[in-house]
Amino acid sequence: MPRSRRPGESPGGRRRGSPWTGLGVVVAKETADHLSGARMVVIEALVFLVALVLAWFSTTTIRESIGQSPFLFLRLLTISPDPIPFSFIGMVGLVTPIIAIALGFDAINAEFNQRTLSRILAQPIYRDAFLFGKFLARLLSLSIALVSLWLLVLGLGFIRLGLPPSFEELMRMLGFLVATIAYGGVWLALALLFSVLFRAPATAALAALGLWLLFALFWTVMITPLVAQLIAGPPEGIFGPSLAYINTEQILERISPNTLYSETALALLQPQTRALGPVFVSQLRGALLGAPLPVSQSFILIWPQLTGLIASTIGIFVIAYVAFQRQEIRA
Amino acid sequence: MAGEVVIRARELTKRYGANVAVDHIDLEVSAGEIVGILGPNGSGKTTTILMLLGLTEPTSGHAEVAGFDPLREPLEVKRRVGYLPDQVGFYDGLSARDNLAYTGRLAGLPRHEIDQRFAAAMDRVGLGDVGRDRVRTFSQGMRQRLGLAEVLMKRPSVAILDEPTTALDPHSTQEFLAMIRGLKADGTAVLLSSHHLDQVQSVCDRVALFNRGRIALSGSVTELAGRVLGGGHVIDVEARGPGVADRLAAVPGVVRVQPLGPQQDSQRYRVDCQRDLRAEIARELAPVVELTGIRFAAPSLTEVYNRYFEDARDAAQ
Repeated sequence: MPRSRRPGESPGGRRRGSPWTGLGVVVAKETADHLSGARMVVIEALVFLVALVLAWFSTTTIRESIGQSPFLFLRLLTISPDPIPFSFIGMVGLVTPIIAIALGFDAINAEFNQRTLSRILAQPIYRDAFLFGKFLARLLSLSIALVSLWLLVLGLGFIRLGLPPSFEELMRMLGFLVATIAYGGVWLALALLFSVLFRAPATAALAALGLWLLFALFWTVMITPLVAQLIAGPPEGIFGPSLAYINTEQILERISPNTLYSETALALLQPQTRALGPVFVSQLRGALLGAPLPVSQSFILIWPQLTGLIASTIGIFVIAYVAFQRQEIRA
Repeated sequence: MAGEVVIRARELTKRYGANVAVDHIDLEVSAGEIVGILGPNGSGKTTTILMLLGLTEPTSGHAEVAGFDPLREPLEVKRRVGYLPDQVGFYDGLSARDNLAYTGRLAGLPRHEIDQRFAAAMDRVGLGDVGRDRVRTFSQGMRQRLGLAEVLMKRPSVAILDEPTTALDPHSTQEFLAMIRGLKADGTAVLLSSHHLDQVQSVCDRVALFNRGRIALSGSVTELAGRVLGGGHVIDVEARGPGVADRLAAVPGVVRVQPLGPQQDSQRYRVDCQRDLRAEIARELAPVVELTGIRFAAPSLTEVYNRYFEDARDAAQ
């Protein structure tokens, strides 16, 4: 029996029906589109090629110095082997935002431009499910790419080094994989937000890439020292480095997802990392410097960074969601 | 069920800040009825459609589509309404089948049902042999047909068609209009928005004329002609002789006489009247002039439309 609002009753009130109706259909369609799309194939081919080359040279370097560290697989991810000037984590940190932006910059505006949005939203689906489905599908595609990459490097390391990773190494590498997906999620949510705000996909892509360049190149080198100095005064005081300056600079640096991610990667993949901020001499009393932390302690160390990345993803997605809900669907 | 009201809007209003896009409109459409909605750009047609679909929220008023409130129960409404937007878009990289299977899955149809309905709908719109082709190879006319196939697949109680024939050639337009009549035959209520007044007149049972967010006129074309042209019945007269126009104007019930120019060696007149006055006209003219032709002419929606907006403009000045 249909239930309707009575004539004269004011609009508003709760919508009936699950907001997730149609979510699975959107996720399945969008994921299939991405995994079979030329854009994703090209990106993955490039990334896999670089990863293979990196893993090959890294394992060669490790085989020549096999007794130097008990964490061979972690070294596989962190060393910059000759003649390549960056490490595996450096490469992943560089390409993950680019893949995420490439996946998300035209998520919504392309629907407007193709004039498909009103036709799709005239089907029994809420905007909530449509937007969330698009985000989930892209996050799933990104995760599939990163997991494949992770397995590829792990497998190649296994073959070339002739040893399996230890349980602790495996846990640290898994943690790194999760952090990388969360880091990609931040950039994906940003690209999705720009795809909602800008009707031209090129503008959305440029805005997202511009923000990425800001955080990757200028944030920690130029912007945070300047702003920290304005807020907390000069970096050097009468008695040495200014703690207020250091703390302010660190807070500002951690606004950048790149900082949160690099700190997470550092603490997980270099087990001897004991702190991610300024450390007083008194705090080091009794510490065995250079000794690795247990994996559980490393996870405690990166927990704020990891939750920061996840919270940023959710926060940016919520902004995109509100902006999308407020738009008039006429195309 | 034929005759059952499936679209009902009461005092439906939409404001964007100080701008009133739709202003307290009342509208009813019954099952198996085709209603045309007309009006200049920005007169509130599309906003009304969006409110009926639950795609935009009314500022005030109430609507009911297929027994459900589009504001509170948009999913139920959308399950029962087929919508063909102006310049319909598809995912160009997907085949026609994949495009329609996607919306079919969103509509909750099971896979086997999608296949059956897709084949039937594509045959009905004349695209039966291109279902596996990518949509990027389709002409605009084929896309419009594909959009109609999507509507048909849903087997809706209500079909809302927004400018469906804009990009079609004359032959395709006629075929498309026949398909719209087919929807009526299925018992579907059709809301047709169009600027092609002759097409609207040829398929619609009733029309609603929008002006500045209000439904200025509503009814059959004959009823509208009665209100706007002052008559409602149009008689085409051909006669030879002096003073024909004056004699026609003197017939009781004639509202207006308009000379249309020579027709071979006769003069042609258009006579607007309040009822069918062919017999009275013949009696009046026959003794004094040579009556070479008299026939009933349907009033033109284009004339109604143009006259209404001319009068509205004059009144505003």
